[in-house]
Amino acid sequence: MIGINVYLALIAIATLLAMYRFLVGPTTPDRLVAVDIMTTITTGLMVLFALYYGRMIYISVALVYAVLAFGGVIAFARYLEGGL
Amino acid sequence: MGEANRFSRYAYTVIVLFLIWVLLTASLDRQELIFGFLLSLFVASFTYPMFTSRGLGNLHPRRVAYAMAYVPYFLWAMIMANLDVAYRVLHPKRPIRPGIVHCKTVLKSNTGKLSLANSITLTPGTITLDVDGEDYFIHWIWVPDEVLGAKTEGEHVENASRNITRPFEKFLKVIFG
Amino acid sequence: MNVLSATGEALVLIGTFFYFLSALGLIRMPDVYNRMQTSTKSATLGSLGVIIGTGLWAVGMGHSVAWIVQTVVVATFILLTNPISAHALIRGAYRSGIPLWNGSVVDKYGEHLEAKAEAAENEKDEGDGE
Repeated sequence: MIGINVYLALIAIATLLAMYRFLVGPTTPDRLVAVDIMTTITTGLMVLFALYYGRMIYISVALVYAVLAFGGVIAFARYLEGGL
Repeated sequence: MGEANRFSRYAYTVIVLFLIWVLLTASLDRQELIFGFLLSLFVASFTYPMFTSRGLGNLHPRRVAYAMAYVPYFLWAMIMANLDVAYRVLHPKRPIRPGIVHCKTVLKSNTGKLSLANSITLTPGTITLDVDGEDYFIHWIWVPDEVLGAKTEGEHVENASRNITRPFEKFLKVIFG
Repeated sequence: MNVLSATGEALVLIGTFFYFLSALGLIRMPDVYNRMQTSTKSATLGSLGVIIGTGLWAVGMGHSVAWIVQTVVVATFILLTNPISAHALIRGAYRSGIPLWNGSVVDKYGEHLEAKAEAAENEKDEGDGE
């Protein structure tokens, strides 16, 4: 269980790099790609936390989060196309 | 691709819904199973017309066998894709030569086209940009010389399709038709 | 430390490494299309590794087998939906007029759209499409 700190650190670095792209831009699709990557990473993080706390119900939370994030990204993509 | 009869479509929907229920609850408790089965019977009664058009024909042994064989093939292609990505990202000179190419597919059904588009997105250096009928427009991170140097439109499509869509089509043609 | 949890832990390590790689691709690539190329693939495989690895690890640590079933469900969902959101985003980016990178060599989609617009104009004015 000590190794989990290493994985959490790697995930944190990845999220920070994605956050940099989100803040710097330069265009709206760039920021949205960063958001997409961050949500994917967060889903993995939630599953890891389920193991960390030893509760299986948290995996269902990750599943619901994945569904909602998918819907959100699709809505943003429709907005980019001008269809919203 | 004809429409299967009503009972076969209903039965197929019940089977799929019940399978999803079992996987989501992840328990073999008898109460869970009975309630899930009743629920699938109920939900399937008004979702089957839009859920499937081929019914139990989807569970033909040949289709199932090809689908089983497709999974490891696809996972292998995906791992290769990621090693390719790792090479391009970590290489100091950033070796990319992107472009949007044009492919054609032989698949007819919508599910088949969707699976092909998804498979293309996850395999080496390609991402599906748009699908219009049988035309696929694909963003390629390294357009090879044979596609770039094609003299005519037909040659371009032929070379691009041989590289991108053919390997998956031989599986997906059997699975989805 | 048995075999199962060791395998799971190795998968989690590989997965987080691919997460890192996808974020690095997001930083290094020159335009939005190439960023999507590198980041979507790595993030999907990374999630697969992390999530299924967590399931194996949990079973190895003595939790119930239901863990591996649930994690495989989440992983399958991500595997099926991530390409769709990437596809929707890249099409939205193209339609909203983001130009391709200077080093791009061919753009068949632009030609196709132009040909289609011309054909539509020749027939009649079809203003509002989807």
